[in-house]
Amino acid sequence: MGPRLQHHLKDAGLTALVAAGLGIFIVGFRTYDIGKGLTFDYQFVDLGIAIVTIFFGRLGLSLAADGLSWPALALGAVLGAIGASPLKLPSTFLHWFVTLAGLLIVLRTIWPWANHGLAVARHSPRGVPVGQAIAKWIGAALLVVAVILPMTPLGDQKTMDLAVLILTYVMLGWGLNIVVGLAGLLDLGYVAFYAVGAYSYALLSTQYGLGFWSVLPLAGMMAASFGLLLGFPVLRLRGDYLAIVTMGFGEIIRLVLLNWVDLSNGPAGIGSIPGPTLFGVVFAETAPAGKQTFAEMMGIPFSGNQRLIFLYYIILALALVTNFFTQRVRRLPVGRAWEALREDETACKALGINPTNTKLTAFAVGAMFAGFAGSFFAAKQRFISPESFTFIESAIILSIVVLGGMGSQIGVVLAAVLLIGLPEWFRDLGAYRMVAFGLAMVLIMVFRPRGLIAHREPSVRLHPVHRRGAA
Amino acid sequence: MNGAPLIEVEHLTMRFGGLVAVDDVTFSARPRQITAIIGPNGAGKTTVFNCITGFYKPTVGRLTLRADREYLLERMLGHEIGQKAKVARTFQNIRLFPGMTVLENLMVAQHNKLMRASGMSVFGLFGLKRYRDAETAAIGVARRWLERINLVADADRPAGELPYGAQRRLEIARAMCTGPRLLCLDEPAAGLNPRESAELNALLISIRDGDGIGVLLIEHDMSVVMRISDHVVVLDYGRKIAEGAPAEVQRDPAVIRAYLGTDEGGPDA
Repeated sequence: MGPRLQHHLKDAGLTALVAAGLGIFIVGFRTYDIGKGLTFDYQFVDLGIAIVTIFFGRLGLSLAADGLSWPALALGAVLGAIGASPLKLPSTFLHWFVTLAGLLIVLRTIWPWANHGLAVARHSPRGVPVGQAIAKWIGAALLVVAVILPMTPLGDQKTMDLAVLILTYVMLGWGLNIVVGLAGLLDLGYVAFYAVGAYSYALLSTQYGLGFWSVLPLAGMMAASFGLLLGFPVLRLRGDYLAIVTMGFGEIIRLVLLNWVDLSNGPAGIGSIPGPTLFGVVFAETAPAGKQTFAEMMGIPFSGNQRLIFLYYIILALALVTNFFTQRVRRLPVGRAWEALREDETACKALGINPTNTKLTAFAVGAMFAGFAGSFFAAKQRFISPESFTFIESAIILSIVVLGGMGSQIGVVLAAVLLIGLPEWFRDLGAYRMVAFGLAMVLIMVFRPRGLIAHREPSVRLHPVHRRGAA
Repeated sequence: MNGAPLIEVEHLTMRFGGLVAVDDVTFSARPRQITAIIGPNGAGKTTVFNCITGFYKPTVGRLTLRADREYLLERMLGHEIGQKAKVARTFQNIRLFPGMTVLENLMVAQHNKLMRASGMSVFGLFGLKRYRDAETAAIGVARRWLERINLVADADRPAGELPYGAQRRLEIARAMCTGPRLLCLDEPAAGLNPRESAELNALLISIRDGDGIGVLLIEHDMSVVMRISDHVVVLDYGRKIAEGAPAEVQRDPAVIRAYLGTDEGGPDA
């Protein structure tokens, strides 16, 4: 016991020393603007607490790694309690920091147990995967929550706004999942189709007065034809090369929108885009001539939240259509051909599958859903400009797909909630928001390198699953 | 006695830059026969296969498949050879869809049939009966093949998890699920133990006699070649050096020279 503990203490001390060296200038000093120049403020107490936390955190982690679970758990609990206690630490961030350190130790300690349990469950008799049953339940629970959310007291303006945003990304994630997750075509320019859908609706509604519901299919078709347009030149490319070209395509669309002022109004964007209507009923404070507002029709006072809830249900429905379509198409020959193409293109060709058609349909179908999402986005924002369709959007959507687990539908939802929701919830952390976000990403990738849900459900089974003991 | 040849390879030549991989090779294969192509390493056997199955476009030569009509394989696109001329193949290094299940591998092989039944996906999307029936029939075909290769219990496992010998058998079953007229097998016995090798022989004979299609076989394992093939073509340095029944070929001095070397070739034997 003695030498091992000594070893761990030495290791933790070394880590703390490194942290002190790194942190002394970053955390220890803070520059202040005093009007006629900069001055220093010293935060050595903060630094000290952080270093002590790191010392004990490292100690706890090495204890856990060494199999000394109980001391590690105790240490984790103490750190967690200190962090969560009303004890006055110099900043909120330190509270978070200490709590997270405690949590991390606890997680690290119970991880092998949990993993073992999962492994046992996964290889249960008849190979019925428990993960899949759980995923099904999570899916059903999430759907119920999603449907009743606006009717609960939680459904205030702020939450609904965030929920609409998250659902938009869920839909985009599901759409991109067809291209990346199923067909295995790494598409870094997915936002281009989103932009095509958004501009289709913006232009057709402001120039020709068409309504949301009639433009929606048109926007999908427009985006799908742009998907074909991108698909043709990249048919021969794979992997990295495909990613580079699709990324370029995304930028081309954005730059065209930025510079073709006659069509898109350039960087100034397109404004006063009408919102969607419900059978001709408008969601606004005052209706244009000959139309009725929702508040008038129902005889209730107008509130901005009504429009938001309506938008929420539209995007929920659109996302569910995307999901339903994907689930269905996976069981069709074309869906299986997409997956086969991802696995081995040469073998596909040998089996008489036309790789050209298969790839093009994947691009077109994926793009179509981005087009739907795009025209919803335009109708919701009522103002769009090329600024909304930068590369970072493609990167976020792709991260959602990869983080969720390639090809997993429920994984996309969880990842979208994490990636879009977390930065919003972490707003209280102020400047440390993105640090927390990065930490969460790193943790996911360390613990679940193949995505949150890496399980793949076969599209067809010879032996039906016996549900006994699975749920 | 077996009637017209199924496939005729005439003056097939394939050049890669200055290298002549296949040089003016002519042979034919008949239905209900196993035709083996043998030869030392680098003799051009796989190149001949790649030309027949459309992965290479031959520099010179004609490849005619005679069935309901004549298919000129050298003029067809890669996937059309599988789709229309119905030539199926396996690969030297197994190419299954490892992440998909065993059954799914066999379903993908029936893609074109199912695609038609699903009305280019439209009927299938709405779950029409016509598609569901076709899918049930396709599962039936797959099940029969799984029974033949003894993999029914593993049907819902990812193909990549199967042991090596089972993957080899599955690849053959997958090729057969396309409903081919000609089956091209590229070293199917490579890496198999003697028991698996014997099972493979039985499977190939049952395919030849039961399914009545032509089989084209590249093989190094002479026990397989001599036992099951009806006709043997020997290649060396891209040229055909001998052709005939297995016993004849085995005695042919040119073949012995190619395999064992000549006296001028040095002391190695």
